[in-house]
Order: sequence, then structure tokens, then C-alpha cells
Amino acid sequence: MFDFASFLPRAVMQGIPLLYGSTGEILTEKSGNLNLGIPGVMYVGGICGVIGAFFYEQAVPAAEMSALAAIGIPMLCSLAGSLLMGLIYCLLTVTLRANQNVTGLALTTFGVGVGNFFGGSLIKLSGSEVPSIALSATSAYFSKSLPIAETTGWFGQVFLSYGFLAYLAIVIALLASYFLKHTRAGLHLRAVGESAATADAAGINVTKYKYLATCVGSMIAGLGGLYYVMDYACGVWSNNAFGDRGWLAIALVIFTIWRPNVSVLASILFGGCYILYIFIPTGTNLAIKELYKMLPYVVTLVVLIIVSLRKKREDQPPQSLGLAYFREER
Amino acid sequence: MHKQSLFHISKRDALPWYQRVLICGGAILLALIVCALVTMLLTGENPISIYGTIFYGAFGTARKSWVTFQNLAVLLGISLAVTPAFKMRFWNIGAEGQVLIGCLATAACMIVLGDKLPNGVLILVMLAAALAAGALWGFLPSFFKAKWNTNETLFTLMMNYIATQLAAFFIIIWEVPKGAGKIGIINQNSEAGWLPVIGGKQYLLTILVVAVMTILMYIYLTYSKHGYEIAVVGESQRTASYAGIKVERVIIRTMVLSGAVCGLMGLLLTAGTDHTLTTTIVGGRGFTAVMVSWLAKFNPIVMVFTSLLLVVLSRGASEISSVFSLNHSFADILTGIILFFIIGSEFFLTYKVSLRTSKKEA
Repeated sequence: MFDFASFLPRAVMQGIPLLYGSTGEILTEKSGNLNLGIPGVMYVGGICGVIGAFFYEQAVPAAEMSALAAIGIPMLCSLAGSLLMGLIYCLLTVTLRANQNVTGLALTTFGVGVGNFFGGSLIKLSGSEVPSIALSATSAYFSKSLPIAETTGWFGQVFLSYGFLAYLAIVIALLASYFLKHTRAGLHLRAVGESAATADAAGINVTKYKYLATCVGSMIAGLGGLYYVMDYACGVWSNNAFGDRGWLAIALVIFTIWRPNVSVLASILFGGCYILYIFIPTGTNLAIKELYKMLPYVVTLVVLIIVSLRKKREDQPPQSLGLAYFREER
Repeated sequence: MHKQSLFHISKRDALPWYQRVLICGGAILLALIVCALVTMLLTGENPISIYGTIFYGAFGTARKSWVTFQNLAVLLGISLAVTPAFKMRFWNIGAEGQVLIGCLATAACMIVLGDKLPNGVLILVMLAAALAAGALWGFLPSFFKAKWNTNETLFTLMMNYIATQLAAFFIIIWEVPKGAGKIGIINQNSEAGWLPVIGGKQYLLTILVVAVMTILMYIYLTYSKHGYEIAVVGESQRTASYAGIKVERVIIRTMVLSGAVCGLMGLLLTAGTDHTLTTTIVGGRGFTAVMVSWLAKFNPIVMVFTSLLLVVLSRGASEISSVFSLNHSFADILTGIILFFIIGSEFFLTYKVSLRTSKKEA
């Protein structure tokens, strides 16, 4: 029997990092920047949160920790780290007009390197005595769910059992969706992504929009990394555990055809695909499970092909995605 | 009054070669200084001994040098493979998958046909299989790109993971022993399907093949009709089709070639040196190759140097990590820093920045 009440919460928990990543990447891509550095940004967001929490836990005994600082410090560190990554990307692609694909890949190499390096060497560098990074005290604050979740049966389990970052992800996605569709600034942002020259002629500050969208997008994506370590992984950092979720977030952007509100449900679907193999009874045949893990990628590929076949104008990627803008170039 | 920015940026004409070298050299020098600073902060060692350690890590012993050159050959080979497509402005970031599927095809032949065919025939079959598998992985995205303008960056990215999961699937099917979750060394006793070892040096064959490939690719891109067509399509698809070049055919042909060369690199990895198949056998080099190729401005000869720089740095950084018992991802951080600087320096090659002289209002 397929156990929905336990499958769904796990799918959601898998989906939340993807939702953060894809919301951030959609904002970024709407400004015409294809940031392939998102996997790196998410690693940095995660590890910076870990570093902040690590030093806070070292400095303050668990009994005296205040909830505000335990949540605030890692979160600020995470936001600052991913903001820095966004700034590096913008400086290179917007100000210096470098190639976006190459910059993004370099950012991913760098970010994953930073994550694994500090994850593996933090204890050695700070000279502390603990055997491994296990921030259970901080994690407890992050994953605290509403007390009524346990008393309301399957409803509580499916809808109320998550930490606050999960709900924040959904709120941010819906806000981003509203921002893009119903505000003037959102319209301007889309104009920049479609045709920077036209937007420029209409008096929109192209550089400002590109910087803002990419940096805010990076910060949102970085929170995905933070959610993963602090809530999903219970505060335990292990190298490469985050895996290919960053790329999956980019896949999700295509799958949702650049719509953050669709992403809320789609991320749960992807999360479900990601862990479906655990719930499908395959007996002793472990090999089949590997094929199930292929599912999210195949589905994305099919969507990508269908979207390009239908040629519907609303469904296309932003027109000038991946192109640098130089005013004097005609 | 109209607000003006402080700097005026304009496009440059072509720079003389020595200025280009000066700008690039300056960027690399700056990057190396920043790398040394970062290393100093983390290890407390002085910069000169840091670069001593890096050099020792790359060339310190004969064995270390061989590994460095083997790594160089693999990275350079994959970079050569992706270059024709890039020159055509086809953003193939699927080299990782194309190499891996080549590895998978090679391993399949070695395992299934290992004891059925004489070694010479087996190697030919492996070669054909690896080339075909890589070519197929290159063909699919290019076909959709040519016919319906499907975004190739995202397509090839997804193909990477499909290849990874396929490899994971077959690894479990062929695992030795059952339940180990890995294949181990294939045909360890019979050595069936292992590529011949030249002059007693295990890595020499790969290095020689890639050296020949570098020259061939240079000739193909610079002097052949195909190479010219690729360059024109890359500059402007409209110009190309106006000049009577069949753009669709060029795109598909070039990507099939690109994929097939990736498949060949997969053959060299699995049958030449590693004799096994893991999902991480390519180890991110498919992505690094993109940067190597782009930094060299798609010139195969320059690529030798860009890949050498990255390989030496990463071997050296591993040495530093071992000496100071730090995590080995240190190499990725240094690589990232170097790349940022070189990518940034590109701007000063194409654009001129001049201070705006204040103009009095007339």
C-alpha cells in the first residue's frame, strides 16, 4: 500500500530547497541573466549559515541560546554569503559583460568548493574539540513546527509539520509571482529580460534591474541551502550531501515555464520524483531504483521540447536570456 | 543637468598581440597573488613556500608529473571535444554526460564481450560503441536545436543526469561482488579490452592520442571547409544561410563530432587508465572543459596552456590540502578565483575605459 501521509511530507521537504532555488533563478532569468552558478550559490548559502551557527553554538552554551539569535545569525550569514556570490556574478556579467555560461559554471565550481572546503575544514581551522559539525541546537529552532501538528492526525502531518522556512519559501514564491505579473517594477524587470535595448530606450535603468534581480535571486536561492542543512539534514553538514539539487532547481525553472507560483506545486512534484524510488516496492531489484531517479530530468527534458514545439509566445524563455547588454552595440 | 557616469566605455579595435598577452598575464598574476593571500590566511604559510608546495604537488616526483600530464591530457581532450560546438555558439554543457556515456558503452563491451572476442576485435568494437554513444548524446540536443530551436544549454544539462542515472543503473546490474554497489576493476585477470600500454608507461597512450587530437582539431577548425562553416554559423546564422550554408546540417554535424570525441575520451578513461566505471569517473571535467575552451578563445594550441594552468593549480592545491590536512576542495576555490580573474580580464580586451573629461555647458 502506498503510504501517502508519510510520502507527501517527505516530498515537500525535498521540494522546498528546489522551490527556493527556482524562485531565485526565475527572478534572475527574468532580468536576462542565466545564472548557472545557482548550485554554487546554494552551497554557499548553506555553508555560511553553518559557519554562523557553528560559532554561535561554540560561544554560547545550549541552555542560554536565544531563539532570535539562533535563527537570525545563521540566516544573516547565509543571506550575506549568497549576496556576495550574486555580486560576483553581476560584476562579471553585467559590469564587465563576460559570458554568462562560463561565469556561472565558474561560480558553481567556486561555490561547491567553498561549501565542501569549509564543511570539511571548519573544525580544523577554528581549532575546536568537537568531532563533527552537528548543529542540533540550532537545527531544533529551525525545524520547530506548530505544536498542534501532532494532535491533528494526517492533516497536521501533511500541512503543519514543517519548520518556518518551508512556509517562507511558499510565501516568497507567491510574492515573486505577484511582483512579476502585477507590479510596475515587475513589468520593467521583464522588459529588461526580453529586450534590454528597448527597456533602456524607455528609460529603465538596465544595470540596476539586472543587479537587483540577480542579487535578490541569489539570496533567495541561498536560503534553499540553509533550509537543507538546518531543517532537512537536522544541522549536520556532510560534504556533497546537497548533491545535484541546484541543477534540479534550474530544471524546475524550465518545467514551470518561468512561473514561481506554479513552482510551489511543481517543486513538490519534483521532490516526490526525487524520493519516489524509496516508496516504490521493487523488492531486491536495486537497479530499477536508479532508473526512477532519472524521472525528474526526463520530465524536464520532455517539457523543454514540448515548449519549444508549441512556440507559444507566453511560454518562451526571456528573449535576451544569456546575452550581455552594451548600449553602444547595435 | 544630465547626470553622466564617471567612466566612458567604448569598444576597442583589435589589440596588438603583446597588449593582449600583457592584459591576460596581468590578470593571471593578480589571480595568483589573491590565491596566495587566501592560502596564507587559511594556512599561515608564506606565499613563496605555498607556490613551492604547489609546484612540488604537480611535478615533485616522476610519478606526480605523470599524473599531472595524464590529468592534463584528459581535460585537454574533453576541451577539444567541446570546442567546435562552442565556436558555433552552441552552448553544450553536456560534455560530462557525453564522456560518461562513452565510458558506459566501453565498459558494456568489456563486460559483455570480454571473453567472447579476441582482444584486437574487442577494442575495435569498444571504439565504435564509445564513439556511437557519445555521438548519440551529442545528436539529440542538436537535432532539437536545429529543428525547433530548443534551448541547448538546458537540454545538454539534463542529458548529463540521464547519463549518470543510466550508468548508476548498469553499475548495479554488473556489480562485483553482488551488493557491493560498484563494479571494481573490469576483467582484472584477463585484461580483455584494456588498451595497450606503450613503453611501460600506463598514461602515455592517452597523452599521445590527445596530442595528435590537438593538432588535428587545430587543422580542422582553421583550414578545413567545415571549420570555416562553423565559424560563419557562430558569427551569424543569417549570414551563413544567406551564403548558402545549410545551418541545420552544420549544427547537427558539429555536435555529432563533438559528442563522438567526448565518447573517445570516455574510451580512453575507462579502457586506457581507470579500467572501471563509476558515476563520478568524469569528475566535473566536462564543466571545467567549457571554461578551458572559452578562456583559450577556442584555439586548440592555447588550450594546452589554459588546461595546464588549471591542472597544475588543482594538483598543487591537493598537495597543500594534504600537507595542512585540509579538505581537498581547496583546489576548487583556487580554480574559481583564477577563473574569475581571467573572465573579468576579457572585458579590458574588448572595451576601452576612459575617464570622462568634464565638458562645460555651452
